[in-house]
Amino acid sequence: MGRYDTHQHDVLIVGAGGAGLRAAIAAAAAGVRVGLVCKSLLGKAHTVMAEGGVAAALANVDDRDNWRVHFADTMRGGQYLNNWRMAELHAKEAPARVNELEAWGAVFDRTTDGRILQRNFGGHKYPRLAHVGDRTGLEMIRTLQDHAVHLGIDVHMECTVISLLKDGDRIAGALAYDRDRGRFRVFHAPAVVLATGGIGRAFHITSNSWEYTGDGQSLAFQAGAALQDMEFVQFHPTGMVWPPSVRGILVTEGVRGEGGILVNKDGRRFMFDDIPENYRSQTADSEEEGWRYVQGDKNARRPPELLTRDHVARCIVREVREGRGSPHGGVFLDISWIKSKITDAPAHIRKKLPSMYHQFKQLADIDITSEPMEVGPTTHYVMGGIRVDGDTQMSTVPGLFAAGESAAGLHGANRLGGNSLSDLIVFGKRAGEYAARYASDNVAGNIDAASVEDTVQQALEPFGRTGNGAASEGPYQVQQELQEMMQEHVGIVRTESEMNSALESITRLAERAARVQVNGNRDYNPGWHTALDLSNLLAVSEAVTLSALERKESRGGHFRNDYPEKDPAFAGFNILVHRNNDGSMRISREPIPEMRDDLKQIIEENK
Amino acid sequence: MTAPTSVSRDIVESGQRAARRSDSSAGSQTRQARFRVWRGDSSGGRFEDYETQISEGMVVLDAIHQIQAESANDLAVRWNCKAGKCGSCSAEVNGMPRLMCMTRLNDLDLEQPVTVEPMRAFPPLRDLVTDVSWNFEVKKRIAKFKPRPPDAADGTWRMAQADVDRVQEFRKCIECFLCQDVCHVLRDHSKHDSFIGPRFLTYVAALEMHPLDTVVRTAELKEAHGIGYCNITKCCTKVCPENIAITDNAIIPLKERVVDDHYDPLSALVRLFRRKLARDD
Repeated sequence: MGRYDTHQHDVLIVGAGGAGLRAAIAAAAAGVRVGLVCKSLLGKAHTVMAEGGVAAALANVDDRDNWRVHFADTMRGGQYLNNWRMAELHAKEAPARVNELEAWGAVFDRTTDGRILQRNFGGHKYPRLAHVGDRTGLEMIRTLQDHAVHLGIDVHMECTVISLLKDGDRIAGALAYDRDRGRFRVFHAPAVVLATGGIGRAFHITSNSWEYTGDGQSLAFQAGAALQDMEFVQFHPTGMVWPPSVRGILVTEGVRGEGGILVNKDGRRFMFDDIPENYRSQTADSEEEGWRYVQGDKNARRPPELLTRDHVARCIVREVREGRGSPHGGVFLDISWIKSKITDAPAHIRKKLPSMYHQFKQLADIDITSEPMEVGPTTHYVMGGIRVDGDTQMSTVPGLFAAGESAAGLHGANRLGGNSLSDLIVFGKRAGEYAARYASDNVAGNIDAASVEDTVQQALEPFGRTGNGAASEGPYQVQQELQEMMQEHVGIVRTESEMNSALESITRLAERAARVQVNGNRDYNPGWHTALDLSNLLAVSEAVTLSALERKESRGGHFRNDYPEKDPAFAGFNILVHRNNDGSMRISREPIPEMRDDLKQIIEENK
Repeated sequence: MTAPTSVSRDIVESGQRAARRSDSSAGSQTRQARFRVWRGDSSGGRFEDYETQISEGMVVLDAIHQIQAESANDLAVRWNCKAGKCGSCSAEVNGMPRLMCMTRLNDLDLEQPVTVEPMRAFPPLRDLVTDVSWNFEVKKRIAKFKPRPPDAADGTWRMAQADVDRVQEFRKCIECFLCQDVCHVLRDHSKHDSFIGPRFLTYVAALEMHPLDTVVRTAELKEAHGIGYCNITKCCTKVCPENIAITDNAIIPLKERVVDDHYDPLSALVRLFRRKLARDD
């Protein structure tokens, strides 16, 4: 490997968001040598954008809360396709992980008796989200980053993994290139943790940062790992819709948690019109009761704005499609109305939602303390991802682990708000621990120099292509067409014919991606980077589409116009995507193991 | 019914007003604008002129992305969130340190070319991207957070909101390093070896004023961190996109602590005694 800089680590972690940092801390605490590779600067990962809070049954605000209720809420939200073992571990371990953040310096908002404050969120029965105004993700990532600084972790910033390296069936390391000079680097490690986040950049309207190009899912698939539940893409109900340049930027569910209401152009609070059967007993039947709930009245039930995200997003789409939307194709989200309820509402709103106030004032010239926001669904999260073992987070490839959004299982068909940040710290820790254990029990595999050389040559191809005819296309055009096509054909409402045409488009776009040309040299070249991203975006787009075609029903984040109902025949399995020998994708149905009786009972008790 | 019809009507009417206001100039109307973007690397560079179509609501980062897609595929720029939350897209726009994603084009004079250049206090890497790695090294040198023993048997602490408000102000920092960029000690005098800059003075303030922290950092502030170099020009406060009162709330109180601990023997004794008591609790 003399041609390339080689780094030896026991555990290599790819991605430095919440899950990657927590995994790095856990692995370092286990005493192994840890390398952390991230595409951006440290502390800039998508986690920094998480707003609402981290879900953990601390029971600081409502003492009826406990891990059992959190478990039941998570399973109900996921329509029972969750990996129930992960849902159990998550609900049990999240409080300890949150308290640990405080011990590392995080400063959460406080209750009147000085404990960590918790707020209401969609799908959670009790106020459960520990938060810092609406910048909880920043607090979390900064705390983890600052704690990790002193642990002797080797951080390789602005470094992008382009291929995982294997020795036979097991993982042996990764090949990456550094952004500033475009040099290739070989990372040699017996265990690799993927914590690369989501796939939102496969769609046109998204809340996700540029980094969410499905790298982990695609790398794992190429390395032979199975993907799971890729059809379940979460469209967050409230993204900004105006002005066009901010379309998709998130408006936190915290706005609704603090009393924000959704209305259509006729002024109708439309969320009361359609309350799903399995949530009816937990949902307020009057506006008055809903208000009492957000004010902390324990005898009140939640307002329908706090139903699960899939449901709220579909109700918004319905209003828009039936001609009752706002002027720019969304609906109105209003928090300013609380001035009729509480004195000094503007100051209250600025205190509770400082970042939203700032965002709308600066980007849309709207003062949310006196005017409503225009909002509509935005691609936000993928519930599916790399299939992992619930306890250890190891994928189907020995030595390859995954955590956070890049892994599948915890959220089933739909994720509850706030369960993502807790997912990161609960399963980031587990992945780091078990990866360290694996690395201690196994020596690093061998790296095949020829395959490294092949991958390097492929990666450099876009520079060598000559500009004649169709071959002179740049990477941005292909990327944008893919995003628009996926938004239109595999977006919030899906049908078989549109998805079949999406598959054809993906084939054509892949041919174009193989011909794109980049200018300039290798130093910090975003065109080249985008050209390399395309294969990951195309792979996850195909996996989402194939899985969505296979699931002929509507459930959670997956809605089929041609099969608009939930079908019990699809309730008992996950859909997996495997790699055939020729690199193509194969779909299979994997039965969900029978749930333990004690867990079944918890679900019954919480119905 | 707690959201009476009149409230709903107000919501819709004000929404429509907002929409009309933006519609009057946006979406359908575009105009050409000129941008002078610094292109180059550590060996030098120059401004290049670009033209692109812009519409209302666009920010500088949108224009840069458009130029990148249309005519300069290899134009280097850092960004992540495009919502003022990650602090990646720091640059100097018309000579002012700004986040490109939070700088609306309709706030600039578009009769003139918009000048976009990298932060000048850090070595250029390529185009708008600078080498900010020094900042990450600085943090390693600051004594880490060390909490007092937990207040409750379950290992948790009790803190009043009033006591965490100030720390939370500092923790809003998104590490965009614009304050470092504008600070004359770093920008003009290159005291990177002996001065940690406003970002890290704010970071130390967050630790020092944290209700749970037990470490005393005044000696390192005075010596290794060079707090004495700051002469309170408040430039850092002016450019902070998070509106943190860096000078008034972080740096000045820290300077006072340094003076108390190191230049005023009486208060130093009192403080030492108090801290010892607190630790012996």
